[in-house]
Amino acid sequence: MTIVAATGGPAALRAARRRRLARVARVLGYVALVGVGFTMALPFLWMLSTSFKPLAEVNGNSLLPQQWQLWNYADVCKQIPFGRYYFNSVYVALWVTFLQVLTSSLAAYAFARIEWPWRDKVFLLYLATLMVPGLVTLIPNYWVLTKLHLINTYSGLIIPGAFSAYGTFLLRQFMLTIPKSLDEAAEIDGASHWRVYWDVIMPLARPGLITLAIFTFMGNYQSFFWPLVMTKDDYVRTLPIGLLYFDSTYGRETNLLMAASVMSMAPLIVLFVVGQRFFVKGIQLGAVKG
Amino acid sequence: MILRLMPGQRSRRTQNTVTAAGFLLPNLLGFFAFTAVPLVFSLVMAFTNWEMTATRAPEFVGLANFGDLLHDRRFWHFFGNTAYLMMGIPLSIAGSVLLAVILSQKLRGLVFWRTLYYLPTITSGVALFLLWKTIYNPEFGPLNSLLRGAMASLGVDGKPPDWLLDVKWAKPAIMLMGVWTAIGGTNMLLYLAALSNVPPELTEAAAIDGAGPWARFRHVTWPQLAPTTFFIVVMSCIGGLQGGFEQARVMTNGGPAESTVTLGYHIYMKGFEEFQLGYASAIAWVLFVVIFAMTLVNWRFGQAHTEWQ
Repeated sequence: MTIVAATGGPAALRAARRRRLARVARVLGYVALVGVGFTMALPFLWMLSTSFKPLAEVNGNSLLPQQWQLWNYADVCKQIPFGRYYFNSVYVALWVTFLQVLTSSLAAYAFARIEWPWRDKVFLLYLATLMVPGLVTLIPNYWVLTKLHLINTYSGLIIPGAFSAYGTFLLRQFMLTIPKSLDEAAEIDGASHWRVYWDVIMPLARPGLITLAIFTFMGNYQSFFWPLVMTKDDYVRTLPIGLLYFDSTYGRETNLLMAASVMSMAPLIVLFVVGQRFFVKGIQLGAVKG
Repeated sequence: MILRLMPGQRSRRTQNTVTAAGFLLPNLLGFFAFTAVPLVFSLVMAFTNWEMTATRAPEFVGLANFGDLLHDRRFWHFFGNTAYLMMGIPLSIAGSVLLAVILSQKLRGLVFWRTLYYLPTITSGVALFLLWKTIYNPEFGPLNSLLRGAMASLGVDGKPPDWLLDVKWAKPAIMLMGVWTAIGGTNMLLYLAALSNVPPELTEAAAIDGAGPWARFRHVTWPQLAPTTFFIVVMSCIGGLQGGFEQARVMTNGGPAESTVTLGYHIYMKGFEEFQLGYASAIAWVLFVVIFAMTLVNWRFGQAHTEWQ
């Protein structure tokens, strides 16, 4: 009671208490952020450090290598055709990305910028196919590609990935945010829809296109199931399949596995850091306005 | 383009439809070739004894595949494994909400934390699974050497779990990795965006009315996040029912004792290891129906709980 009197009544006391609580909440917030961040970072730090360790140090408890063994990275490339896998992964992912952005942007334009009967019904049908599990269409697709002799070829890896209902959906959402007056003005000037698509919408939709390109590239670079059943030889095999060689079940060196993993993850991390703002926007656009 | 040269011959409506068809054509071709036709094809094949290696043509066997499936103990076992692994979904959603709420408190370094938390999601793939397999290694893995150290200093007897090699621990281990991957990922970004759309007047008004932080979250913020939560639950369930193959194929090969084989993995085994494509198609269709039913239930539930909006 005497304290209340000294600090000027219950209202002031409550305000002081609230300020103190807010400060405590901030401190707790930072503690949680650092704790979670540490948990997230630790496996990656361990991977990075192990990739530089000699084999004898791998099971040791020191986080930093006592002796830095840089040639682990070169050893990876000696044991498996790492460069070839790398090239294949990037090559296939770039083609899929290019084709998917092209076909999706064309379809998205038809759904977002042209008026035609049943447009929105057809679009709903498109959306409904997003619910079809990839596992259902996988077996027939595999069979068809066998018949077309596309097993174990780049085309077999690229073509099924060139079309995407999701990409169409994402770009449609994006194109809807572009003011309609722009293409109307172009049309009055006599531009055809093809011109409007190429000269007006595509440049304005660039952030959306970049977002889809990043998503597609990352997803395809990591894809596992399809290349696993599609590829038989090293010359078309992609990185995720090639990495299985370092599976510890077969007694491979852990330090080399970690070096291979670092090299495999590096492009993704760089791409994410560089394209982060597109990435974050894209995720939010795809969901919130759906 | 030609149509442009003959004005008046066709109505603008027809002309637009033709143009739209042109724009849609590439995508539509792909849609028919790789989604619509295979979908019908696999449904037909689910009623046959189609085998990849057999020289004879597939025969119509009626509902035999589906009958076999429902009486197959392994199928139900794998169904159970899939459902078990999906228990990680509510855990990771709760974690994502919590992280998003903390990050939205105008703390410093938002971009840094967001990047760090998103790292597991971008790198998720074979390399990451192999990393976790090494971390979980019972003898040499860093996790168990940490645990052994902790147990020794606390004076606890016994030994840490064998993780992926133990029937009891393999599923929790994979689930834990999944939660670790997802917690700061896409869902958290969605919650961050949704939180920035909650009008601050609402929480301020509640605070003036004397609501504490928990009450404000429970009765003001959380209901505002309902559409986002709904979307996340639907997507997670669709993904969860189909998922589990990659992790299990890379980390455990489905073992020990098939304890990490999910329905997706089962389709792979039947289709690409035993070449029973008819049977594998039947499993895929059962899975499709389950996914569809689950989405419908989620939808109904979601409608009932977000209607007030």
